[in-house]
Amino acid sequence: MKSAVATNTLERFRITVRGTDPRAESIRTGAADLGVTGLREVGVEDLIFLDAALDDQARATLEHLLVDPLLQEGSWSLGDEEPEPRAGVRVVETALLAGVTDPVAAEIMRVAERAGVSVRAVATGRRFVVHGTIDDAALDVLATRLLANPIIERWSVDKPIEPSFVPTEGEGLGVPEFVAFGGAATTASLEEINRDRGLALDEAELLAIRDYFLAQRRLPTDVEVETIAQTWSEHCAHKTFRARIDVDGVERPRTLLAQLRDSTTRLGRPFVVSAFDGNAGIVRFADRRTYALKCETHNHPSAVEPFGGANTGVGGVIRDVLGADHHPIAVTDVLCFGDTATAFGDVPEGSLHPRRIRDGVVAGVADYGNKIGLPTVAGAVLYDRGYVANPLVFAGCIGVATEWSLPVVPQPGDRCIVVGGRTGRDGIRGATFSSMTMDATTGDVAGASVQIGDPIVEKLLIDAFAEARGTYRCITDCGAGGLSSAIGEMADGVGACVELGHVPLKYPGLAAWEVWLSEAQERMVVAVSSERTGDFLAVCRRHGVEAIDLGEFTGDGVLRVTAHGHTVLDIDTKFLHGGRPQRHLQATAQHPSRDSFEPVPSAVAAVSIDKMLKRLLAHPNIASKESIVRRFDHEIRGATARRPIVGVGDDAPGDGVVLVEPGEREGIAVGIGVSPFTGEADAERMAWLVIDEAIRNVVCVGGDPGRVALLDNFSWGDPRRPATLGQLVAAVDGCVAAADAYRSPFVSGKDSLNNEWVDRDATRRAVPPTLVITAIAPIDDVEHTVTSDATAVGRLLVMLGRSVSQWNGSHACRVTGVDAAVVPEPDPEAPARYAKVHDLIGRGVIRACHDCSEGGLAVALAEMLIGGRLGARCELAPSGTDPHTWWFAEGPGRLLVEVDPMDLAILRGEVPGDVTVVAVTVGDDQMHIADTAISMDELVGCFTGRVQAS
Amino acid sequence: MSPPTAVILTAPGTNRDPDLAFALQLAGFATEVVDVRRLDGATDPLDTVSAVVIAGGFSYADALGAGRVFALELQDVLGESLRRVVRRGVPVLGICNGFQVLVRLGLLPGGDRRVALGHNESGEFICRWVRLEAPESRCVWTRGLIHGIECPIAHGEGRLVCDDETWRALEFNQQVALRYASGNPNGSRGDVAGICDDTGLVLGLMPHPENHVLPRQHPRHARRTAEPARLGLDLLRNGLRHAVG
Repeated sequence: MKSAVATNTLERFRITVRGTDPRAESIRTGAADLGVTGLREVGVEDLIFLDAALDDQARATLEHLLVDPLLQEGSWSLGDEEPEPRAGVRVVETALLAGVTDPVAAEIMRVAERAGVSVRAVATGRRFVVHGTIDDAALDVLATRLLANPIIERWSVDKPIEPSFVPTEGEGLGVPEFVAFGGAATTASLEEINRDRGLALDEAELLAIRDYFLAQRRLPTDVEVETIAQTWSEHCAHKTFRARIDVDGVERPRTLLAQLRDSTTRLGRPFVVSAFDGNAGIVRFADRRTYALKCETHNHPSAVEPFGGANTGVGGVIRDVLGADHHPIAVTDVLCFGDTATAFGDVPEGSLHPRRIRDGVVAGVADYGNKIGLPTVAGAVLYDRGYVANPLVFAGCIGVATEWSLPVVPQPGDRCIVVGGRTGRDGIRGATFSSMTMDATTGDVAGASVQIGDPIVEKLLIDAFAEARGTYRCITDCGAGGLSSAIGEMADGVGACVELGHVPLKYPGLAAWEVWLSEAQERMVVAVSSERTGDFLAVCRRHGVEAIDLGEFTGDGVLRVTAHGHTVLDIDTKFLHGGRPQRHLQATAQHPSRDSFEPVPSAVAAVSIDKMLKRLLAHPNIASKESIVRRFDHEIRGATARRPIVGVGDDAPGDGVVLVEPGEREGIAVGIGVSPFTGEADAERMAWLVIDEAIRNVVCVGGDPGRVALLDNFSWGDPRRPATLGQLVAAVDGCVAAADAYRSPFVSGKDSLNNEWVDRDATRRAVPPTLVITAIAPIDDVEHTVTSDATAVGRLLVMLGRSVSQWNGSHACRVTGVDAAVVPEPDPEAPARYAKVHDLIGRGVIRACHDCSEGGLAVALAEMLIGGRLGARCELAPSGTDPHTWWFAEGPGRLLVEVDPMDLAILRGEVPGDVTVVAVTVGDDQMHIADTAISMDELVGCFTGRVQAS
Repeated sequence: MSPPTAVILTAPGTNRDPDLAFALQLAGFATEVVDVRRLDGATDPLDTVSAVVIAGGFSYADALGAGRVFALELQDVLGESLRRVVRRGVPVLGICNGFQVLVRLGLLPGGDRRVALGHNESGEFICRWVRLEAPESRCVWTRGLIHGIECPIAHGEGRLVCDDETWRALEFNQQVALRYASGNPNGSRGDVAGICDDTGLVLGLMPHPENHVLPRQHPRHARRTAEPARLGLDLLRNGLRHAVG
């Protein structure tokens, strides 16, 4: 491919930023994190490569287009004419790998053409000029770990890099290979194919494939084998949630998935329109409007390419909502990272540093959400050693529709049309990749699994579908498995016949299986009746969205794929979707400690109340997330009525968020629950805690706890390890029990298993068992909502609920580095309490409301005061309760509310359970607690990291 | 009498056009969204309009710098027409990405003086609420906003950059239309949030007045009963007032 570019036509254009370039600062910090000293300064330049013969006038025209002289400077050079770097200066140049989407290059092509400058190809890159004493080893660390991401970029040291232009010619769609699944295949030979192709199938599955094709009297093609592997992957088929499971040798009556589904059916709540069916859960709170709810994970891609992984995670979940035929209105995100202070030497080999992962993920979420124009609202950010090489990225999306009706399946004769972005080699085998353990080689083998997002294309898709609604019969997003999965699912029972030669490609040269499996982003597949096809295509054209007819749905139940007329896949959809042997897995039961009382750990008791509070406020899981939240546009659409950040100083944490269209009064509240620190000890109770927290968050802002819909997302380790599976089983039991207790049904869920990584000592480690619950509840009137900031002097802050001396998972234990055994027990009074609190918010009795979660009551109180910039005089712990337990124990069911002193009697008379006055607000800017006073400055300082907590 | 029409100009990646349409309608305009890709240069969509507004977003993904490609396209198909409407006395507004477009089109600050909008000082996208004050200026959009307005910013490239001579001219000609009054969020010269041209008709600003058109959109709505509302809607109503003369 490089021979296509004669050296004398390679133009290099370098752009530098005038004044300080913020990228330089972040590289300096990043180098220090990597232990690279001796770097004095670094210059960053953007490189643009043009395959073109340019004269001075053409260069001037392009320069005018590419450079803003007040902000930037540009310079031209030809080919490899770059001068040798001076002594003490090292140069690293990076360029994208061939096939990685480069939207900037595409835009330059378009603009150059418009300006009448003829250019054959464009590519972009970056140039880093490093000043200081940097030896080769250090430079290599910088290049591979900081300046370039080897997953998507190449780099060169002290010499100009050669760009990879998008190929313009290539063979492509050749004859498929046949794979050796014949009668002679043994389990050993099948296992070899399994490993070589990264199919992630087990022995029974491999044999089922062999037997199917034996009966067909032929060998499968590579397209067929890859398609089955994707369809049967854990990611797509949820094999564990559909498996038979023995716990301690006794088989459970139902699968995990059936348990969750049955629980929703049993609850029979009328607001559930569609649960566990299709792309998203659907609820209806008011007359005509439905909401589609979905949350997905994108963990492995975010581990190897944090920006792209998180970016496309957001893009993917938005398409899920689009695929449920709803208009997306908001995005949520829950992010789990390793400790950003991890020493570089403690980061597993082949993994990125947690700080780099965090920064990349945050930038990736922000980029997609901000550009597509959706507010990124509810979320959480957690840190734990267990996520060091395997971060978790949960991206959620909420959509809205009016007059939505249950989807129908494609009818014989319907056209099968792919809409949106073009197909490239990006994101091949993502579904199977996500079903494997990550080790030092993961980055190398997974390169092609990383997708690159283009939010503008997806924005056009949203707009086009908003107008095209009604012209198509049904719609599915292209996610994991690409076309194979989207068309494969739609064709289930109906059958389809499609031609891969019609698929619009980013560049030629893709094999048939690559086209079929590619997870290139921003694509949807629709079934359109032949009569409406013209209308549908016309809408797409108007919005500048590419829509291509690939073939038709047939009615014979067979999925048939051709490449330039040659059949490359011919499988009965009954086998594709029903032929997978059910897994039978073994679990060992968890035996948690359930003592009703556990003494305060002595290390916790040894720290004074004020010191403990300050240390908790500064803990990464509790400290202000403002620096992250501000990167997300949470204001667009003007519908975010209650925000993730609240208070006088706009810096205190909110609980739930409230979304109400600007012209209306009704809307929804969204809450998130996550508590991964308790799952190792007691996964069943963890599920209770997390569901309680999610519901409590919507209650805090005024959501109706009587009508809550839930989403479950499990990110777990390898379920083939019986203890890990035992935790998963316990968590599902907890979910079902809590859903019953709160009468809150699950409407959609997703599991991401095999979140495991290999540590430096060659030990396999799993992420902490992590359950994320998203809760959605109706808001009947936006005027009856509150926030967590204390609003006035002379008000009472009152605790509803109890502090129980059970310490596992508490942050008081985390900051003192001790373990405890007992996970806090469920609070049976919580549902009734929440109903009453909802009533009292509506009546205006409760003026502010905050949940007591991480860090316990003291932290909740401090956060309310920070929000209102008010002081408070705290009461002593109630008699009979240990002060440390009172202030720092964590547990479900507890709310801290602000009321007028005259209204205390209402709380005492009406709220079930304990009602305890915690503090009265004062105007002196001091939090008086346990015989000491902490100034507002110090509280805010600890919370924001400005002041080091001692 | 039918309400005066405001045209909202968009490109692929523009994303605050629905917010703006809602806000302009609340202010009393009829709105029409015009996608720059659908213009052929033959018909002039601005022929009879009463106001022109360029909405915020990430036009063309900000691929070559914020607003640049959008500006190039507008220059081609609508450049003359935009200058004509200004000569006719029609108010023009560019918000966020729209401000960046107006600057790159040369409609702001007008003449051959140059300004640019560079990356925020922090290097990062910032979303937060700000309070703006409207100093005495020639801008028709900011007249009489004695309490200023409050609304969110949501941008990564909003730092006004210009040389000293341009700066003196902007101040001398009273073209500084809006200043950040609650802390400078992006390092903009002179705390500038918005500038107008020398006719006062064309205003560009980084913050989003269209996201504060109802009192309850304010983050501290419940706490601040005694304070003036400082609605972004007032700025849009000024445009309407000028448009209907």
